[in-house]
Amino acid sequence: MITKRIIPCLDVRDGRVVKGVNFEGLSDVSSPVELADFYSKCGADELVFYDITASAEGRALFTDILCEAAKKVFIPLTVGGGINTLDDFDRVLKCGADKVSVNSGAIRNPDLIYEAAKRYGDQCVVISADVKRVDGTFRVFAKGGRENTGMEAISWIKRCVENGAGEVVLNSIDTDGVKGGFDLEMLQKVCDVVNVPVIASGGAGCIDDFVKLFKTLPKVDAGLAASIFHFGEVSISDLKQELKKHNIPVRL
Amino acid sequence: MIAIIDYGVGNLFSLKSSFAAIGEDAIVAKTKEEVEKCEKVILPGVGAFEDAIKKLRESGMADVVMAEAKKGKPIMGICLGMQLLFDKSFEYGEHEGLGLIKGEIRPIADVIPSDLKIPHIGWNALKFSDKKNEIFKYLNEGDCVYFVHSFYGANCQDSVIATAEYGAELTAAVAKNNIYGCQFHPEKSGDVGLGILKAFCEIEVNKQ
Repeated sequence: MITKRIIPCLDVRDGRVVKGVNFEGLSDVSSPVELADFYSKCGADELVFYDITASAEGRALFTDILCEAAKKVFIPLTVGGGINTLDDFDRVLKCGADKVSVNSGAIRNPDLIYEAAKRYGDQCVVISADVKRVDGTFRVFAKGGRENTGMEAISWIKRCVENGAGEVVLNSIDTDGVKGGFDLEMLQKVCDVVNVPVIASGGAGCIDDFVKLFKTLPKVDAGLAASIFHFGEVSISDLKQELKKHNIPVRL
Repeated sequence: MIAIIDYGVGNLFSLKSSFAAIGEDAIVAKTKEEVEKCEKVILPGVGAFEDAIKKLRESGMADVVMAEAKKGKPIMGICLGMQLLFDKSFEYGEHEGLGLIKGEIRPIADVIPSDLKIPHIGWNALKFSDKKNEIFKYLNEGDCVYFVHSFYGANCQDSVIATAEYGAELTAAVAKNNIYGCQFHPEKSGDVGLGILKAFCEIEVNKQ
């Protein structure tokens, strides 16, 4: 039986993890390499490195750091942020990434997913969608959730999967940062139209939110979060023990 | 020393790093000479069977692998690399493999319920065959490893050393004499995966 995945997300700017972290035993709390190693040892099933750098220098630094992390951490690594071309795919895959997530890049260039899936395989291409309710409909947002594209989200995600995206990260802007639980309604809508793994993102505030997620929506494959892990509010090993108690399959 | 065969398919960065992590020297080998001087051989692979077997043959490395297999050198195929060891594959047509493992590669869709997602992707538990193979000596039954695949090894009962349950018992690993294969990615399976690579490195060649 395949296990449900727990995925911490590391936002990296100019080579450093952006959100402040404070763990015992970590000498450098904002080093992406150390943090990745720490999470891997805690039982994270996968890691997402999200590059929020704007400059070319920062981008080169990000790639170096990815290489360093991939030398030390032997679980699947997904990389996102600033992925606009096949060259960007190439750049991060060479550094040890297993999957590449596209967001704004796929909005700007609708062929990007198809081209990347053809070259690297569906399993390598992840569509990461920032979605928000606008007047009762789900809309896709670009530029880190700042810009409404006007596109209807569910059909757009479905189209991305048809074009070759092998996995969907659904980030609900409505629940993100609220810590009141995942956006079950939005996730359900996406699960209904795609047959590839769906990763829930945005809204996790406590262990119970993950239990509710996997109990309510058995088709969801993974839960992703950032700050609750970084700030130590939820430990991954406690979380997995609790999921197991609720008969949710996890890797311990 | 371990030779990781480079025939132009996929990325060998993580594999090379994983051997470094367990303190084993590994080289990315492109020539017969490089492979010959190593004690063990890894045959990696990602992508489609037809393209990979073609590249393996055209690069001359198929002959090298066959020659080393005949000498009794331990060889491990990983993911598509494992599939290449089989007699043939039915991935988009019918293609001949290296024939080092008896059996064929068939679509998962043939044997799993239609509501399960394909590819079989994620962490799944290993179930060992009756006699625990030596490459699992550091593992416990039920340890999880990372899978990404849409095709599986069929009709290979003689060689199956582990399976994973995904709506059906899918072949997870095979072994026959000095030939080994993992459908999953040991280099992406955390300490469990590194344990398998370490055990492979520790196989004593003169026992073959």
